[in-house]
Formats: sequence, structure tokens, C-alpha cells
Amino acid sequence: MDASVEAAVADAHRREWAFVLAATVRVTGDIDLAEECVQEAYARALTTWPDQGVPTRPGAWLTTVSRRRALDLLRRNATHDRFLPKLVGTGTFDGPDLTATADTGPIDDDRLRLIFTCCHPALAPETQVALTLRLVCGLTTTEVARMFLVPEATMAARITRAKKKIAAARIPYRVPAADELPGRIDAVLTVVHLVFTTGHTAPVGSDLVRTDLVERALHLSRMLRTLLPDDPDVAGLLALVLLTDARRSSRTSDDGTLTLLSDQDRSRWDAEEIAEGLTLVREALGRRPPGRYALMAAIAAVHAEAPTWSATDWAELVGLYDLLATIWPSPVVSLNRAVAVGFADGPAAGLAALDALADEPQLATYAYLPSARADLLRRLGRHDEAAAAYRRALDLTDNAVESGFLAARLAEAERDARPAS
Amino acid sequence: MAEYLVLIYEDEHAIEQADPSAWKTMMDGHNAFGAAHGASIRGGNALQPAGTATSIRSDGAGGFTITDGAFAETKEALGGYYLVEAADLDEAIALAKAVPAAFGGVEVRPVRVLD
Repeated sequence: MDASVEAAVADAHRREWAFVLAATVRVTGDIDLAEECVQEAYARALTTWPDQGVPTRPGAWLTTVSRRRALDLLRRNATHDRFLPKLVGTGTFDGPDLTATADTGPIDDDRLRLIFTCCHPALAPETQVALTLRLVCGLTTTEVARMFLVPEATMAARITRAKKKIAAARIPYRVPAADELPGRIDAVLTVVHLVFTTGHTAPVGSDLVRTDLVERALHLSRMLRTLLPDDPDVAGLLALVLLTDARRSSRTSDDGTLTLLSDQDRSRWDAEEIAEGLTLVREALGRRPPGRYALMAAIAAVHAEAPTWSATDWAELVGLYDLLATIWPSPVVSLNRAVAVGFADGPAAGLAALDALADEPQLATYAYLPSARADLLRRLGRHDEAAAAYRRALDLTDNAVESGFLAARLAEAERDARPAS
Repeated sequence: MAEYLVLIYEDEHAIEQADPSAWKTMMDGHNAFGAAHGASIRGGNALQPAGTATSIRSDGAGGFTITDGAFAETKEALGGYYLVEAADLDEAIALAKAVPAAFGGVEVRPVRVLD
């Protein structure tokens, strides 16, 4: 097959899947049936585009084919209840819309309906993530399972159970009402942010960054920005993703070892992502008080704007972490704040702030606590204690790139430690 | 429309220990829920404490084992329920939030329609 057609189909899969599926769900009122029709539409594209050429609007072409297929199936089965129960939508949508024609233009909001259904708070967080990747991004169950390092059968069961719950408990296919919207948007942002952080520093495995996850998160953030252009939290999340991801290529050296922010070659940072992120962060900070993602993006922006590590505005960072802690109190925020204090006011002050967190149960298995402590101790010349903290951090790290870094630091600390007297 | 069972799970020990005014608050809460959502309520009852429960399991061979107590011993025990009608889960959750359960919480289960 013509490679350019194959690429066009793959591109349409990445860009248009959510659009096509969401528009088809409107016709079928049934997620499984809609998925089947969408898959058939993509298969049809692979066979017809080589002869007929790639349509100017691939998404519209795929939507038409998929919806027409859905209508055929529904008419054929109109006397059966095979597809019951239907998804619950708004007002007029309470079952298959047999009067709809495949030419009816899909409503933009359908993608939002799909996203809000996937991220419904009645579904467990890990299920929300899996469903979003499966239904909004169009990943196969195999791909989703691989991303989260769970057996495929486990992931398939999780997704099947979620779809059953959506139908049986009547989780509505709808954009929430204005009074619920902020809380529900927050749930969606949490899912996208989780996909991003999981990809940005993979919890386990041999690679530091899981590019597949990072790119899906970026894609989802951009989609949300298109669908909810006035929401400052959405702007904040996209800014955060862009400003953090801009450093991707400089975070590991050519031999795959971890390069700390302090040692990164800033000329390799993605200037375009940074420029876009900075514009968005200004917009996101326009709301008072600023939201959680806007503040995290502002923190990333301080680093992005610093020409060198030594020019970093640590006092500004401490102030931003203080603000973040007031709206999003979390031991992880306090830990990051302590690290910033360690640079703003010196390692002794940082260590004091960090040791105040020693008993936080949430941090008990968090490798960044001992590794941050180790770094402060190292800078204070307390190499014995630093070595002990590096060992503790190593015990808690399952990412090979991070482990390699910690092992190297441990060796340095052991070398610098004074011989025991 | 669909039906949902709203199961009220509360800490019986905490209720026993509570100030008598807490009992009145709870009753007032249920009366207020009934007044505000009467049109959606299809039924409901309060139950005697879990200590009054008797569990019966078939041994599969025609015999039964009868045991004193609830099926599952949990900190919060089923203490009452409402059967409500709602268009979808969001509406059911909104109703469930209005059910008084100061000593625990509620669980919402869609009623299965067999046809």
C-alpha cells in the first residue's frame, strides 16, 4: 500500500478518532457499537483512499461512513433490543436517533460529552484514565495495557466493566450543567495530568520518558483547549504540559543517563513550546486566585525563562510554592518548596524545611524525599548521611535511569565521606 | 427514568454514643428529604441495628446454615434505604447527597430491570 495513504489514515486516527467516535455514539447510544462502526470506517479508509485519494476533510469522511454504518445496523436491528440499554443523553436524545442522517453535521460538543463520560467521578481514577485513552485517543486495549504495565486481560476487564457501568448505572453522555462544571472539568484535567506525569517520568522501566504517554497528554490538553477555550484551568494545564515537555530532549544525555535541571543544555529546550506555554500561563494567571495548574505552570515558567541555572529566581519559586500550598495543600508541594528554599536560602534552611516533612505518611515511599535530602546533605558536606539517604532513595526507585543517577551520586558520597574513626 | 436504591451505611456505635439531639437532627433531615424530594421517592425504610440480623446460607444440598449477624461485619452497617427514581446517575447522585447520613455515607445502586 501507498505509504502516504497509510500515513494519512494513521494521522486521521490520531487527530480525528474522538470526533468520529463521539459523533457516532450520538447515533447509536451505545459505545461498543459505535466503536465497531468507527473501526470499520478506518478499515474502509485503508481500502478506498488509495484509489479515491485522501479526502480533503478526513474526519468528515470517516464520520459519514461510520454514522451511515451505525444507522444501517440500527435499522436492521430496530425490532430487537440487542443494543439496549442506551446511553442517557440530554432531552431529545434518549435512544437511537433513527431520523438522523449521516450528513447531519456532528456537534463539536460531542467530543466533550465523550470526555466527561470517560472522566465521570463514579468511575475509579485508573478506569477514567484507561477509558479516556481507549475512547478519546482511540488506543487499543493492548496499547493501554502496555502503557500502564498491567496484563492485557486485566485492562480489558477494567474497560469492559466500566462500559457496563456506564450503561447500567446510566452515567449520562452529556456536558455537565454549569454549576457542576468546574468540579467535573477538574476531574478531566486530573486524568490528563496523570497521563502526562506518568509519561514524563515513568514510574518503572528502562526509559525516563514515555513519549507515547507524553504525546497523548499533549494531544488531550490541546483538544480540551479547543473545546473549552475560556477555561483558565485548561489554559494552565496546557501551559504546564508545554513548559515541562519543552525540556524533554535535554533531560537525558546521549548515553541515556539522567541530566538534572541544573546541568541541562538549555539551548536544547523547545523554544516554540516555551513561547506558547508562556502566553498561556499569563492567561491562566489572569484569574484570581490562580488555579493549581496555572501555579504549577508558573513554576515551570520560572525555570523556562531562566537563561542559566544560577540565574534561577528561587525566591519567586518559593513564593509560588507557598501560593500553591494554600490552594492545593500536599506534602509533595511542601517537598518541592523545601528544595526551592534550599537554593533560595541555602542547604541548611532547605534541610530544616525538609525534615519537617519526615513523618508525612504520604511521603513514606516517595523516592524524591530521601533523594532531595541526600542532595542537601551533600551540599552541607555531610557525606555519610548523604550516602545513607541516597541508599534509601535507591530502594524506592524502580526507574532504571533514575536508579543509575542515584547510584552514581551514592558512589560520590561514599568516596567523599570521611573514613569512620 | 430509572430506579436506584440508596443504601444508608452508618457507624451504629457512633450513633448510640451521640447526643440525643443528633437523633432529632437525623429525623428532621429525613423529614426534610421526604418533603423536598417526595416526587422522586418510591419507597424507603429504616432498619433495626445490624445486631438484629440473621444470615442464612444454603449448603447447596437442601440444608441451611443460619448464623447470627449481618453478612459482612463492617464499621458502617446498612441502616436504611430509599428507593428513588432518577433520569440518570447524576440525578441519582444529587438525590443521594441530600439523604442524611451524618455517621457514614450512602451507596447508590441502579435497580436492574429484568425483562
